[in-house]
Amino acid sequence: MTKFKSLVGQYEETRAALLPVLHLAQRAFAQITPEVEEYIADLMQLPPVKVHEVFTFYTLYRKKPSGKHVIRLCKTLSCHLLGAESIREHLCKKIGLHNGSDTTEDGRFTLELVECMGACELAPMMQIDERYYGPLTPEKVDAIIDGLTDEPAADEVN
Amino acid sequence: MPEKILTKHFDVPGFRELGVYRQHGGYAAVEKALGMEPAAIQDEIKRANLVGLGGAGFPAGVKWGFVPQNTPKPKYLVVNGDEGEPATFKDRYLLEYAPHQLIEGMIICSYVVGIHKAYVYVRGEYVKQINILRHAVEEAKAENLLGENILGSGFHLDVVVHQGAGAYICGEETGLIESLEGKKGWPRIKPPFFPAAIGLFQCPTVINNVETLSHVPHIVNNGAEWFASLGTEKNGGTRVFAVSGHVRKPGIYELPIGTPLREIIYEHAGGVRDDRPVKAVIPGGSSSPVLTADQLDTNMDFISLRNAGTMGGSGGVVVMDDTTCMVDICANISNFYAHESCGQCTPCREGTSWASKILNRILEGAGRMEDIDEAIRICRNMMGRTVCLLADGAAMPILSYLTKFRREFEYHVENSECDVKKSH
Repeated sequence: MTKFKSLVGQYEETRAALLPVLHLAQRAFAQITPEVEEYIADLMQLPPVKVHEVFTFYTLYRKKPSGKHVIRLCKTLSCHLLGAESIREHLCKKIGLHNGSDTTEDGRFTLELVECMGACELAPMMQIDERYYGPLTPEKVDAIIDGLTDEPAADEVN
Repeated sequence: MPEKILTKHFDVPGFRELGVYRQHGGYAAVEKALGMEPAAIQDEIKRANLVGLGGAGFPAGVKWGFVPQNTPKPKYLVVNGDEGEPATFKDRYLLEYAPHQLIEGMIICSYVVGIHKAYVYVRGEYVKQINILRHAVEEAKAENLLGENILGSGFHLDVVVHQGAGAYICGEETGLIESLEGKKGWPRIKPPFFPAAIGLFQCPTVINNVETLSHVPHIVNNGAEWFASLGTEKNGGTRVFAVSGHVRKPGIYELPIGTPLREIIYEHAGGVRDDRPVKAVIPGGSSSPVLTADQLDTNMDFISLRNAGTMGGSGGVVVMDDTTCMVDICANISNFYAHESCGQCTPCREGTSWASKILNRILEGAGRMEDIDEAIRICRNMMGRTVCLLADGAAMPILSYLTKFRREFEYHVENSECDVKKSH
């Protein structure tokens, strides 16, 4: 609640804090359900539909329950030119993803195929949780996946 | 080596920290600017020929001048760091390696225009860069470079770093403003063509790209003539080109804005992998029409590229060698626009999605010969008929592949296979 109030306080209008508030809610609740949307709408004094329309418009808000780690694999342009498709095949095998599902049975991984993430010099590249990885080879993918803990992957700033 | 401005100190350890930044002359421009008349600074920016480096190439000083001076409303600065154009990754580096350079440019711009609140909109995936920038804002506040009475000048400025949530359309400046207001990123109807008078919260707003503002302190320090002399007649200074694809050394290269494409590929990006020949090059992000191998001597400033039938766009260069299937790349690009069309305007929503369906059908070997002209017709019907330029940005490149490499599309239709892939 303190975080919510400090977020809202940064903006001239309460509604402007909606994107950051949804980011916050996604971290706090793991899944933004219709109940969470209503809760946010209530807090921000918005009609629930205004929250729902924003929640569904942006791709970074997860619409379904996700695995412990969310892997976003880029499929656009430079990543496509440099073999994103074969990385996808390898990655699916590595994490045990099959039958067209996007989340592994053990609930450890969710794989999203996404458009350009602005790291074309790392092509083919992916983001796991908050961290960018690339250029990927099958061997590197194995090492990255094997090296993950239960904590979200994040960049170190040094 | 040509003179670097923005990336000059990128290899200095800790350059993103305020102390190290100051050791290398950081914030001298703010000190200088706060002692100058705002109009004099704006004149420097105009004479420097600094243009908008997000994609439009519009003179930055002129854009600042559109903001009404005598208004009772608050004014805002919005920094566009919603870098989403495929092939573009320069702002990621500028935010990560030189956040104070951007903040310095923001302070000067705000001082010139009379702004006291600035927002930096950074794409949601750039978590690392957002954290770095927020840390830099806190450092600047602690040393009285932001907040009240900056360096005793009486001028005040607050900065908020705002995380986006994944939508290409929010790179369009009015879509970005809508998004910053907590709405879906639907671009606003034009006119007004600039949010200068009616922008964020319906108030006067300056919106500039990260790279554009990062140049500002250097112009204040070294003068308009110096900056203008590094560029071409109408486009001053350097540009951070982001090079990727089939080159040996993909990465960012800051070069004079009019550098020939051939030099960027062969002298800076290490040439093409396995010494293969270039087949085609995207010169300014995925929205720019593709150039063919005989156009490598084109200079990379906005005007030369326009004369070559394409555009400078976001400065994202993608090099494709002779193993590249143009049907495949065209379909890939069309998928992007079909996904990213915001859905507001029918010609774009329907056009991008039908173009993508038809191009994928040709790619998969199920196309008909009339599909090629049908895709061309769809693209032509999208252009100029929508609220924003996403439709044009989708149609222009698709048309360029269909017309410049038509034979490859015909081969796919006739033979249900790819002759490029077959021969390599």
